[in-house]
Amino acid sequence: MSHLDGNALAGPMAELFAFDITTASARCSGCGAIAVVATARVYTDAAGTVVRCSGCEAVLATIVRAPDRVFFGFPGISAIEVRS
Amino acid sequence: MIRRGRAAWHVGTVREARPETPSARRIVLDVPTWPGNAAGQHLDVRLTAPDGYQATRSYSIATSGPDTLLELAVDELPDGEVSPFLVHELAVGDELDVHGPLGAFFVWRPDETSSAPVLLIAGGSGVVPLVAMARAHAAAGDPTPFRLVYSVRTPDDVYFEKELADAAASATAPLRVDYIYSRVTGRLTRDTLAAVAFPVSAAPQVFVCGPTAFVEAVAGWLVDIGHSPTSIRTERFGGT
Repeated sequence: MSHLDGNALAGPMAELFAFDITTASARCSGCGAIAVVATARVYTDAAGTVVRCSGCEAVLATIVRAPDRVFFGFPGISAIEVRS
Repeated sequence: MIRRGRAAWHVGTVREARPETPSARRIVLDVPTWPGNAAGQHLDVRLTAPDGYQATRSYSIATSGPDTLLELAVDELPDGEVSPFLVHELAVGDELDVHGPLGAFFVWRPDETSSAPVLLIAGGSGVVPLVAMARAHAAAGDPTPFRLVYSVRTPDDVYFEKELADAAASATAPLRVDYIYSRVTGRLTRDTLAAVAFPVSAAPQVFVCGPTAFVEAVAGWLVDIGHSPTSIRTERFGGT
């Protein structure tokens, strides 16, 4: 299956954030690009979910589910801008 | 506004299930605790196997507003884990775990509309969130000009045909629908898109939803034609 986009993160990320993360902007620590999370590339065919920068393909975030827990990783996001 | 309609898990009961196209099924879910949703939002459906294994998939909602009866249209992916169950086995009266409403990016709200026309471009089942937008536009009697360019394999594969015709018949909310039958008259091309879309000078707000390859091609053409990348919102559902 080809990749999805950041719209698909609304459900999984709702377990972590009190707001809709998909309309926030994130800064990629790989290339410095700032983009709305909904526009990121999302790959769900690996063991977990991998979120990549649509500019440079760096891994922004990962979500891995185990039977009784979820691991959220943010290896490539240096900042998130949330409009109030 | 980022906090409205906080997402939560709900239990929905299937009220209606019937064929939508040869490969897809329309499912009407009654979700009494649903807080309402904006046009274009989706929900996640979670299935749990007897051994505890869970699979979750996202489905766009074809309805919007405060209603707690939600319409979905699910296309069967032959190798899918979730869609074959929803299309063939789910029965009226069954319960489903749903998480939502989800996503505030790919939405159209009549109360936040600008004067810019709205261009909706759908590939196959990607029309579902755009149907919600067209219906919301008609229900609000919103005067913003709407156009829907709907690429679908054949006339038999059209989703929500009657609902789209009803929305297009609204006297106060202008909507034009252009069908592109990809297996009959050929695929959507950049030239066709340029001919049926609002002109660049109208600075339309654009929503594109479909298989990933379709969305990438269309978004690229729109930028080539001269539309501003920031005016284009996209939603991809994968596919081959």
